[in-house]
Amino acid sequence: MDNNKSWIDQRFPLTKVWNEHLAEYYTPRNFNFWYFFGSLAMLVLVMQIVTGIFLTMHFKPDAANAFASVEYIMRDVDWGWLIRYLHSTGASAFFIVIYLHMYRGLLYGSYKAPRELIWILGMVLYIALMAEAFMGYVLPWGQMSYWGAQVIISLFGSVPFIGPELLTWILGDYAVGDPALNRFFSLHVIALPLILVVLVFLHIVALHTVGSNNPDGVEIKKNKDKDGIPKDGIPFHPYYSVKDIVGVVVFLMLFSAVVFFAPAMNGYFLEHANFIEANPLKTPDHIAPLWYLTPFYSVLRAIPPMFGSQFPGVVGMFAALLILLALPWLDRSKVKSIRYRSWPYKVALGIFVVSFIVLGWLGMQPVTELNALLARIFTAAYFGFFILMPWFTSIGKTKEVPARVTEK
Amino acid sequence: MSGQEIDLKKRRFLTNATSVVGAVGVGFVAWPFLASWMPSARAKAAGAPVDVDISKLESGQLVRVLWRKKPVWIFKRDSSVIANLKTLDAELTDPNNEEDQQPIYAKNTYRSIKAEVAVIVGVCTHLGCSPTYRPELGAADLGGDAWKGGFYCPCHGSKFDLAGRVYSGAPAPTNLIIPPYHFVSDSLIRIGVDPKAS
Repeated sequence: MDNNKSWIDQRFPLTKVWNEHLAEYYTPRNFNFWYFFGSLAMLVLVMQIVTGIFLTMHFKPDAANAFASVEYIMRDVDWGWLIRYLHSTGASAFFIVIYLHMYRGLLYGSYKAPRELIWILGMVLYIALMAEAFMGYVLPWGQMSYWGAQVIISLFGSVPFIGPELLTWILGDYAVGDPALNRFFSLHVIALPLILVVLVFLHIVALHTVGSNNPDGVEIKKNKDKDGIPKDGIPFHPYYSVKDIVGVVVFLMLFSAVVFFAPAMNGYFLEHANFIEANPLKTPDHIAPLWYLTPFYSVLRAIPPMFGSQFPGVVGMFAALLILLALPWLDRSKVKSIRYRSWPYKVALGIFVVSFIVLGWLGMQPVTELNALLARIFTAAYFGFFILMPWFTSIGKTKEVPARVTEK
Repeated sequence: MSGQEIDLKKRRFLTNATSVVGAVGVGFVAWPFLASWMPSARAKAAGAPVDVDISKLESGQLVRVLWRKKPVWIFKRDSSVIANLKTLDAELTDPNNEEDQQPIYAKNTYRSIKAEVAVIVGVCTHLGCSPTYRPELGAADLGGDAWKGGFYCPCHGSKFDLAGRVYSGAPAPTNLIIPPYHFVSDSLIRIGVDPKAS
């Protein structure tokens, strides 16, 4: 065995990689509940890739056949229903896990120096994931696939000067149709998954270079013993690999409950109108994107047209996403973790979370005057969190951060 | 110059020159891939005109046909609808059709060649949904008595009158598009081709 190992090690850094990233990768010993979601996100990514490979074997990326081929998977392919529901539930699960993972970053200041690049790579991952999910939702070619695509792609048509040409270029036609479905299929199964996997790799390389943050926001590398091992660090494997398996088991219990008992989640994971084939002549009475995109959709709807153009709303929507990239530089606080932050940050974070959830809920509702007003108020609160951040993170009294991590 | 000396200036120039030429090459190679996303010859050829027979169309009735993969509405307006269209100016964003959303021969209050026959592309100018036909007067959910019939977009709440003109305050920035069309005979409309006179 040892002989084999050294034979490989002379040709490939197997032991070195194993030690650097698992057996001798020192992780803070005080991880809590919030630290499950990184590994769960990877689990869901693998699940989506595997189920996706098998769905691709039966799906037809053709406007005339796509809807029927999905029904064929559901009814005629042995176990096809299971593979498809794993994939469709996996999409929503991915976003639940990612949103909790991002919230963890906000709680414990994990985006602050020296982890800015981890945050940025993560945000690019999030944007790529939204593109991946959107294109995946177009493929079954139901009413929501079609009209959702129509609305989202029309956003590009509002770009000044080049809008109409840009729209035609994206669609490969003068309306949403077969060419759009076909190219979204290609992007969904090849281009974006490749990008996602590469970004996950970079995200983890960056993480393992600086080391994990923790609920206290203490840098464990500042306190090393005589062997150069952080006093508050424990090897990732076996300690956290085993802990993460507990998270995986609990996650899979909840996940299976949805897959087997409520795969459509009453219209939240699979919208009812998407069980009707795409009809270019009739828009469904109420259309909304899937829940994970609705906060940004609300921002889009909240901003009225200006100068005879819808473009300001589109800019607002993309700004709501891109402003997250600036977070590491907007936060002026000296402490990372919410445990030692001043009260203004705690209040602001609370308002931000409420705004995000309310915007998400509003994005699923029909437009009324009250809803439009609420969307404007909460859009202002959403952007206020970022614009006022340099101010509210520099006022108020922070608690003293301990030198070592604590057990809570 | 001895063989041992390195001319750094020359080396930098050569590096930059190689990079620039390489970038131009990448640009040329990228073009076919980007251009492959434009509508194919087959997609371009699919935009043929569409004929619609309106001899059996009742007043108030609306038919939808696909023209260039977009829904086009054809419906008949009676005299009360036509009279109502003139009373709405104050509530509309562009009552006089200043924006170029219609052929010149449809630049009038009714936005049509004949006041009683409307031909409109049924695609909301906001984000491309197809608005719902709501001809009933005074619909409670659309503003009650003020509602003179029109179209309501279920996606983002834009409202249009029965000539496809947008109500102000709606997310849609402009009136609905009127396609080129003409009457081949009194009962046959050809969508996609201008009248001969223009």
